Amino acid sequence: MSTTPPIAMVEQPIATAGLGRGRGRGNKTTKIRGFRAGFWVYAGLGVVVLSAVFPYYWSFLIGSGDASTISDPDMSWIPGGNFLRNAASVVNDPAVNFWPALWNSIYSSTLIAASVVATSTLAGWAFAKLRFRGSKGLLVFVVATMAVPTQLGVVPLYILFADLGWTGNVGAIIIPALTSAFGVFWMTQYLQQTVPDELIEAARVDGATMMRTFWTIAVPAARPAAAMLFLFTFVGAWNNFFWPFIVLDRRDPTLPVALSLLQSNYFVDYSVVLAGVLLATVPLLLLFAVAGRQLVSGIMAGAVKG
Amino acid sequence: MTATQVRPDAPEAPPKLTQKRVRVLSFSQQASRWDLKVSPYLYISPFFIMFAIVGLFPIAYTAVISFMQWDLVRNSGEFIGFDQYIWILQNPQFWTALRNTFSIFLLSSVPQIALAIFIAAMLDKNIRAKTFWRTSVLLPYVMAPVAVALIFSNMFGDNHGLVNNILTDLGLPAIPWHKDPFWSHVAIATMVNFRWTGYNALILLAAMQAVPRDYYEAATVDGAGAFRQFWSITLPSLRPTLIFVIITSTIGGLQIFDEPSQFDNTGQGGAAGQWLTVTLFLYNIGWREWNFGRAAALAWILFLLILVIGLINLMITRRLVRDESSRGAAGVLRRMNRKEDAR
Repeated sequence: MSTTPPIAMVEQPIATAGLGRGRGRGNKTTKIRGFRAGFWVYAGLGVVVLSAVFPYYWSFLIGSGDASTISDPDMSWIPGGNFLRNAASVVNDPAVNFWPALWNSIYSSTLIAASVVATSTLAGWAFAKLRFRGSKGLLVFVVATMAVPTQLGVVPLYILFADLGWTGNVGAIIIPALTSAFGVFWMTQYLQQTVPDELIEAARVDGATMMRTFWTIAVPAARPAAAMLFLFTFVGAWNNFFWPFIVLDRRDPTLPVALSLLQSNYFVDYSVVLAGVLLATVPLLLLFAVAGRQLVSGIMAGAVKG
Repeated sequence: MTATQVRPDAPEAPPKLTQKRVRVLSFSQQASRWDLKVSPYLYISPFFIMFAIVGLFPIAYTAVISFMQWDLVRNSGEFIGFDQYIWILQNPQFWTALRNTFSIFLLSSVPQIALAIFIAAMLDKNIRAKTFWRTSVLLPYVMAPVAVALIFSNMFGDNHGLVNNILTDLGLPAIPWHKDPFWSHVAIATMVNFRWTGYNALILLAAMQAVPRDYYEAATVDGAGAFRQFWSITLPSLRPTLIFVIITSTIGGLQIFDEPSQFDNTGQGGAAGQWLTVTLFLYNIGWREWNFGRAAALAWILFLLILVIGLINLMITRRLVRDESSRGAAGVLRRMNRKEDAR
């Protein structure tokens, strides 16, 4: 379901279009609301959180054991001491290409997210606040493209990149992802709601060029939405698998592709496989630790804002 | 669409001649007008240019290739009409893949959404440390689907997997997670659910918080209990959001690839195609058998399927939303829209 994040987020705003207005009102009166959270609510949420954390712990548990751990029926719930050794064998295995994969993931995801933010802010600004012929139709077109599945383009894209000699090159996963229909839609929605028309009018009266208006009004206003768009695009690009799996060379993979190789190389030793899985998850866990709140509010904003 | 600049098409009406003769416009004015007219198109052009190259062209080209017997060596094709489509539709593996895809989709979306509503309802209560709970619930979302698949296929191991160990400890028979189609679907659906339940819970939570709190106050005054309030106020208000969560998980679910491809180390969907999905089938045809014509035809079939199911969903959405016109969020939404129109 690698392609789902953008789509799943995308459609929500339409789903609850208009509900945004009710929200502020609701928040003000939250305190009066009858239900107080009792023991069972905390217990229920505790179970949910435990099951969210458990797979992480499980991979550490197995990843810190050795090859026999997994088949041991009386497996201990306390981690063993081999995690670093297992991690080292992943990192040092020439067949897995861990460091190139990490580097590829970092720079392709960063580049993709930066480009999506830039192009989406530009297009979103035009759609939200500028008048031009055909803008409505074009915006509908943008939204409609979000429903097109990835699979529909992979065969010709592969042929195209093979022709150019780019298969196996990270460029082949960056280029198709440089723009995003979801991003354009997201920015359009945000800028439409946050920037008052009077501000643009004033800038125009003062003789600002369109580009200047964009830089001095749109860019600062778009900053919070741009940060969230960057985060979501980054996470999506980082976790993407289907297209990279098809087009990338096994010797020059991204992390998810490297992970899939791990399984076929080490299918006997799950300790090494799961140590590698956890290792490959660490960068995004760090990102989540820093920006988890933004991700949460991004999802909630995407769902509510019309 | 209430931009206040001068409409670009209004002043452009007088022809050049008049402009020159009257000489009202200085160079800077003309430049400014040109700027006003062209800039929007410049701003949206990166998206449309990229989409034309990596979106539109491939889609059209896929259609062309799907009618061809593609030769990989010469990198060209021979037109053979609908043969590839017929081959796909007559292939029993396609129908297995279709069945599996729907089965995995149902097993993942139904419990997932039910659970998400439940979690959202808990998060919607007056709880302490709101941010902590919300963030924790989203933790699985950052893990790559491939990573989730590797961890869970380990836990669902047939011989020494965690789940089967627990089952046998409880005196229950072990489950053939990789041999039986149904159980393999359950295992794969669990991976999907792990990653997406919290995400959907947050979306539903946002919708729940949009329900005006006076509804609950009025219901409390009327003597409705918590359960009754949830059933008669919360759920109906969630309907539009719910249906969209369903539509999007349909689109995503029909394309499922990562989890089934990593469920065992051969990545081919099981010896008898127990967990072969449509996209996995597409990959096998295209990049294991190197038959691009058939892969392209399958891609178009998948697209049409998604389109049809999407349209069915949309029709259901519309009907349900109309039915709710008088109460719940749909009614609120409607009233807001009306207000917006009036502005």
